[in-house]
Amino acid sequence: MQPFDRISGAAVPMIENDVNTDQIAPLQLAKGLSPDWGELLFKRQRFTPEGAPTDHILNRPQYQSPVILVANENFGCGSSRESAVWCLTGIGIRCIIARSIADIFRENCLQNGVLPIELTGESMDRLQAAVLVADGATSFEVDLPAQKISSPDGLDIRFEISASDKVRLIEGLDEIGLTMKHLAEIEDWEGRTRANHPWLQTAHDRQV
Amino acid sequence: MSISGGRPTTLFDKIWDLHRVGRRADGRELIYIDRHVLHDLHAPHAFSKLSRAGRPVRRPDLTFSMQDHSVSVLPGRTEDTYADGAAFVRAMREGSRKNNVRVFDLGDPDQGISHVVAPELGMVLPGATHAVPDSHACTVGGLGALAFGCGTTELEHILATQVITLSRPQTLRVNLLGSLGADVAGKDVALAVLSKLGVSGGRGYAIEFAGPVVRALSIESRLTLCNLTIEMGSRSGLVAPDEATFQWLSGRRFAPVGPQWDAALSHWRTLYTDAAATFDREVDVDCSNLEPQLTWGTEPSHVIGVTGRAPDPAQAEPGKRAAIERALKYMGLAPGEPLEGLPVGRVFIGSCTNSRLPDLEAAASVVKGRKVAEGVTAWVVPGSSGVKREAEARGLDVVFKDAGFMWGESGCSMCAGTNGDMGAAGERVLSTTNRNFENRQGRGVRTHLVGPALAAAAAVTGRITDVRKLRS
Ligand code: SF4
Repeated sequence: MQPFDRISGAAVPMIENDVNTDQIAPLQLAKGLSPDWGELLFKRQRFTPEGAPTDHILNRPQYQSPVILVANENFGCGSSRESAVWCLTGIGIRCIIARSIADIFRENCLQNGVLPIELTGESMDRLQAAVLVADGATSFEVDLPAQKISSPDGLDIRFEISASDKVRLIEGLDEIGLTMKHLAEIEDWEGRTRANHPWLQTAHDRQV
Repeated sequence: MSISGGRPTTLFDKIWDLHRVGRRADGRELIYIDRHVLHDLHAPHAFSKLSRAGRPVRRPDLTFSMQDHSVSVLPGRTEDTYADGAAFVRAMREGSRKNNVRVFDLGDPDQGISHVVAPELGMVLPGATHAVPDSHACTVGGLGALAFGCGTTELEHILATQVITLSRPQTLRVNLLGSLGADVAGKDVALAVLSKLGVSGGRGYAIEFAGPVVRALSIESRLTLCNLTIEMGSRSGLVAPDEATFQWLSGRRFAPVGPQWDAALSHWRTLYTDAAATFDREVDVDCSNLEPQLTWGTEPSHVIGVTGRAPDPAQAEPGKRAAIERALKYMGLAPGEPLEGLPVGRVFIGSCTNSRLPDLEAAASVVKGRKVAEGVTAWVVPGSSGVKREAEARGLDVVFKDAGFMWGESGCSMCAGTNGDMGAAGERVLSTTNRNFENRQGRGVRTHLVGPALAAAAAVTGRITDVRKLRS
């Protein structure tokens, strides 16, 4: 996984509540197992049924390679589709900032080196205002080690993130490799369960 | 008995604590997954990543594959009936075979939607943990199993290790008080909870549904209730198992037998929240006088009773007006307009929410002796091939087909449209599914989420109709 340290670039304002993963990744429009994820992103909103571009914010010239997306409440709700994150990274987005982010989507961000920031109250008001004013013309920086969002115009906002999520992103470590270090504990658990709750350790099909 | 050393604990705590394998350096906990069920839309990606990394599936014996999302549901289907889905179905089959994972393929007598098949076959058990790369994994909470919907990378992680890495959620108890009237069931209760909690009220919590209403619900209705936990923003929902649960599970294909059943049963009887245990949050929902519910808007929390009216943005809090206006516009509704009487173009009875036998029976009891109204397309898609078989044994297929319904093969179908089944732009659809987002069932489709009885009433009258009026 790509480690996360600092990033900077355009920030797209999408100040809406409850943007769901069906909107972000309309899988019904995807053809085949590995579509062009970036092209699929918000496809129903970005294009008419005939394929003509709409006035969607991501179609504007200043937002052709954004790195940050600023939303409002409950971003990424709905289906568990990690492809929603792949669609966002498909156009280069590495950081989602919202007042709240849906649980599974948040986890999917962390699994893909995307920093999910939950920012509330006055800090978020200021950030949203700054991003709207900048309208793609200013480059915002997100510094994970320092937990800071800043801009050349003097914006300087601190954000919170759990120590565990921070470590995961900064180190970009292989999750499976890390868990495999606990193999002895996993095997112990299985042994104990086989003795105490054996029905959990076998899924016996009585029809074969 | 309390598992955690005498301290009063919640049902959630009991299951979580029993499944803790270890703790990662970053503080997250490793939770063992007892049953892992995959589906064709997401698993192929994980299989191919796993094989590129040269990693085997650690416990194929605890892993099962379902073909549900990208399969056609038309009678006589093959994997090529929906051409765009065939690649998924084949990749799922190959990935599963290569990794020795049992696949419930097209044509298998138990193929169906994972969240319907796993409980129905007794694969998932009370007090067990369950993962599916799908947000509606939470459905099986209706049996008292702790489930986690997960993403594709997490899916790959579980395949390789049989554990999931999680931060412990907080706990929320939803107390469902009162008792239910006629034609009101699990779906209506879930929608009523949604209208109270909102679509993010459960975020960060594991929810336990409790109270007299839950005790009286059928097991299938409990599955429906827990199915909508994710719509409340929560990854896991639970109902404490009881004698009705145990009876329901007994004799199912993968359920334990003999001495193991007895041992399991005595463990299952400890699976409840201790009287003195506390939750991080509690919410009461009074379900007396609950009408059949439906959604008017574009979020699952946009709920009213069937005799209710769409909201008027002018009466709403200023911060909410724009969203209500947008939803009304998308749904083609005027402020304050009654929903009853609105013409309907399509009715869909199916999905992991409402496609079990009692759902189909509730719908058939409305349809019997009536015809699908002119101009309405009406489909019934059983949640599993097993449900289909049982329904046919009871003659329900004849009731539906005689009335003019399409009687389909099992699969997700137009719930998410990932098999190409969609409505037409502007069409008003009464759907027993779980998400009414803009464009989910096709571009411009106006989805109202309802229970099976209300869906059936709309099919035979051609309008949104209070099903209770058809009952006399
Ligand atoms: S029926 Fe719908 S919600 Fe359920 S698993 Fe299939 S697509 Fe997902």
